[in-house]
Amino acid sequence: MGMAAQTQFHVLAVDDSLIDRKLIERLLKTSSYQVTAVDSGRKALEFLGLNNHDNEDEERNSSVASVSSDDQQVGVNLIITDYCMPGMTGYDLLRKIKQSSSFKDIPVVIMSSENIPSRINRCLEDGAEEFFLKPVQLSDVNKLRPHLMKGIRSDENQSNINKRKGMEDIHSPDRTRARYNELEVV
Amino acid sequence: MEVVQIQRNLVDYTKSLFMEGFLDGQFLQLQQLQDESNPDFVAEVVSLFFDDSQKLLNELTIALDQPIVDFKKVDAHVHQLKGSSSSIGAQKVKNACIAFRNFCEVQNIEGCLTCLQQVKLEYYLAKNKFETLFRLEQQIVASGGSIPMIEMGF
Repeated sequence: MGMAAQTQFHVLAVDDSLIDRKLIERLLKTSSYQVTAVDSGRKALEFLGLNNHDNEDEERNSSVASVSSDDQQVGVNLIITDYCMPGMTGYDLLRKIKQSSSFKDIPVVIMSSENIPSRINRCLEDGAEEFFLKPVQLSDVNKLRPHLMKGIRSDENQSNINKRKGMEDIHSPDRTRARYNELEVV
Repeated sequence: MEVVQIQRNLVDYTKSLFMEGFLDGQFLQLQQLQDESNPDFVAEVVSLFFDDSQKLLNELTIALDQPIVDFKKVDAHVHQLKGSSSSIGAQKVKNACIAFRNFCEVQNIEGCLTCLQQVKLEYYLAKNKFETLFRLEQQIVASGGSIPMIEMGF
């Protein structure tokens, strides 16, 4: 495949708060990710090339616009979005991504300032890989790597994984759920 | 004044802000994200916070002054202020916002007005503290020194 060994992962960050966008951008860049930050779900979908068309149009769009295809050199490897946003919430965005044939395999992570177990569970059940409580920490961003690694399918990339420094243990999805018992209520 | 003395003042001042609850661990996170390639990161984010907060406080004053108060709108503004203060580690402002949201929820106008005053007070205090902090940092840098990293016990 044409993927360069040192291609950076590209994360699309979605948050209506300018401060939080700055913060998540810095957190992600510190972890050597390429970042695109937008301020709404609608803009996120536009960036991906997903408009409110039916599947037929969507596939036509995604094959024409190489930005939104599976081409890992320009594509998006992970989406991290705030939950509470005016218009389209992070949950709405999650659903739209998971309903899209082109993008349903992109890992989605939700962030929220509110610790509401039913909200968290609903997001995880509907396909979110992780749910981070704000303010997001570097330790949270470190949890993204395993989800990004999953996106690399070819065997040759196994050797790349071994070369990476500071490789964290890959944790199981169950651990994500267990985590929320420990959280204190704000 | 010797650079060493200003550095010591900065460390003591910062520690006092943590001890008094003005700042929490999130501020340390911000500092850790600052480096030679992003030397103004903390100042930039805090400056955004000032601008954002000023606007929100103005909106809140107007919203609570209406003959019929739109509590959803008020709550939305407070939620935003709570979020941004939490993101920079301005703990007292954040806590004042939490109390404020409780009164929004039960649509208690008197409670909201009192909370608004409290949030404004905490905000101006915090602004003051941050400005002092940055002034000390600037003095250090102007004297050719480097800004000391704070080691906290928690």
